[in-house]
Amino acid sequence: MRHGIGCDIGFAFGAVLVAALASIAAEVLAQTGPGPIEKQGQPNPPRQEWSFYGPFGRYDQAQLQRGFQVYREVCSNCHSLELVAFRNLADPGGPGFSEAQVKALAATYKIKDGPNDAGEMFERPGRPSDYFPWNFANQQAARAALGAAPPDMSLLAKARTYERGFPLFLIDPVIQYQEQGADYIYALLNGYTNDNDLSWNEFMPGHKIAMPKPLSDGLVDYADGSPKTVQQYAKDVAAFLMWAAEPKLEERKRLGFGVLIFLIVYAGTLLVVKKTIWSRATAKAGHDMP
Amino acid sequence: MSGESTYVPKSRVAKWLESRLPVGGLIHSSFVVFPNPRNLNYWWTFGGILSFMLVAQIVTGVVLVMHYTPQSGLAFASIEHIMRDVNYGWLLRYAHANGASMFFLALYIHMFRGMYYGSCKAPREVLWLLGVIIFLLAIATAFTGYVLPWGQMSFWGATVITSLFSAIPLVGDSITTWLWGGYAVDNATLNRFFSLHYLLPFLIAGVVVLHIWALHVHGSNNPAGIEKKTAKDTLPFHPYFTVKDGFALVCFLVFFTWFVFYVPNYLYNADNYIEANPLLTPVHIVPEWYYLPFYAILRSIPSKLGGTAAMFASVFIIAFLPWLDTSKVKSAAYRPVFRLFFWLFVACAVLLGYMGSQPPEGGYVIAARFLTVYYFLYFLVILPLLGRFEKPRLLPPSICDAVLGKPGQAAAADANSMEAHAPGQ
Repeated sequence: MRHGIGCDIGFAFGAVLVAALASIAAEVLAQTGPGPIEKQGQPNPPRQEWSFYGPFGRYDQAQLQRGFQVYREVCSNCHSLELVAFRNLADPGGPGFSEAQVKALAATYKIKDGPNDAGEMFERPGRPSDYFPWNFANQQAARAALGAAPPDMSLLAKARTYERGFPLFLIDPVIQYQEQGADYIYALLNGYTNDNDLSWNEFMPGHKIAMPKPLSDGLVDYADGSPKTVQQYAKDVAAFLMWAAEPKLEERKRLGFGVLIFLIVYAGTLLVVKKTIWSRATAKAGHDMP
Repeated sequence: MSGESTYVPKSRVAKWLESRLPVGGLIHSSFVVFPNPRNLNYWWTFGGILSFMLVAQIVTGVVLVMHYTPQSGLAFASIEHIMRDVNYGWLLRYAHANGASMFFLALYIHMFRGMYYGSCKAPREVLWLLGVIIFLLAIATAFTGYVLPWGQMSFWGATVITSLFSAIPLVGDSITTWLWGGYAVDNATLNRFFSLHYLLPFLIAGVVVLHIWALHVHGSNNPAGIEKKTAKDTLPFHPYFTVKDGFALVCFLVFFTWFVFYVPNYLYNADNYIEANPLLTPVHIVPEWYYLPFYAILRSIPSKLGGTAAMFASVFIIAFLPWLDTSKVKSAAYRPVFRLFFWLFVACAVLLGYMGSQPPEGGYVIAARFLTVYYFLYFLVILPLLGRFEKPRLLPPSICDAVLGKPGQAAAADANSMEAHAPGQ
């Protein structure tokens, strides 16, 4: 009664907002029609358990080493890894190879260098400071040989994701879900489920993928007795790619915990100081504040 | 009100300086003894938070520039060099990228607070206008900054937004070419965006000084929306508001820290970890979250020129708020009907943001159109008419009465209004 016509108009607009929301809901429910390319019927990748998930997440060194082996023996035939240097394999928070191992590994690669004093380019054995070389001279060469240019793998685990949708996307920052890329890579490598069509992938938009099924059971010979299955390979290489994309993850989470604890304690202290100071103001005013 | 300086320099050096440049007195009168309304609540701490975030952005940005290369063939790799090889480069970059989001979050809260409590109204219109200028500069700064990593979304975001100018009749294409420094977004565009991205924050800092100057002419508005009258209505800035702003800032930093260290890429588009490729358009071109409501308005109009005009209008209309909101009463605490429309407006802005993040089709477009209509109705129809027809509740006679809940004239009439009674903590 007291509110009058203004309130009625307000509720009318509220109703309009509700109608707008309802039309969205209807749209979301009717997602079966032709949608954007991402939504061509492929399911979302299921979430996996990762050792590097959460506030205390760490990479599993053995897993990174196995993942590197998969990369080296399988992926690197087509994919580049141009932002990662051999020396990074010995960095803290990484696969944990020794300096000597890295040196020996780098030496097995041929690196193009030059020009020398005669003005000619030459090949030499790799050094730890060199970056992983690519099997192809350039994108065009790769496309000509393979039919499509394979993406560089250095940032793949951060450059791939999938829509979580409402309301999950609101929960993700709270539960610290940042592994969409690794989940996607794992799902994709296990997504070749149509034996009649080698370019069919369950998790690819439109189910059409240019990369033929890269992994098969027993393809890579693990030395540590881990299962030689596609699932295991996929998991290991996805973890390795997460490290390649985010090599400072462990340092970040470790430092973050310290910073967070410090700030929370600092905030608590400030709150006590604040309450003490403001109680003076109340006393001064000569009133009992509730 | 900030004029009367009670500062007495103690040391010889301070006396020497004060007689030549009275900066000590200025700081003392502005940030030590400055009388603030005693009933300010925590929504008033975001000004200080924004000042801190601006400085943090400038400091991290200046260091990032030491390692960044503004060249289209090298920019993307130089960002990764910062992430991988520069000591704490990952921290600087994540703090800077997420810092932009935090700045906008604080800025939007600050603006909504100004709307809710009528801080934009007389005698603080110029203060509000300076704030709108800061907002516009912040939009330009963040936009140019997002282009610098030269990822897919950097490139295509820049292409989409700069192309909007081509909708202007007759001169549109010339303007776009002029903005690009060529016939497409390319190295020249990156260079000039880099230059502007370094310039604009310092312009913001300059306008912030004017903003604080204008603020200190009449002092802060407050939850009761009535002006301070006697000394009983106020408390000195230090220590009361330094400690309160400090506490709020540290709480805000806890939130900021969570993003920087635990979910640093949550607000970042995954496509921007792919180097810019002019031959490959991403499936969805989505701007950063803080532009999404305006982006939704742009797309809700089925005409390029109309959409562009609506988008710019939706930003610039904020500048006219002091004159569109015709009510004599400032604080929403005493305006029950306004309060309802205000919260609908907040919901409308948030929903517009969601629409902006979704593909422009089906129900999303229809919903975005409803919301766009409400967005403009709020400013152009509801606010001007509410001032005439709404019957506000009785205002308390003074801030002191509002705080202490003295059974004065009409102060306690509004039992629902927590704001009016909050003892400012």
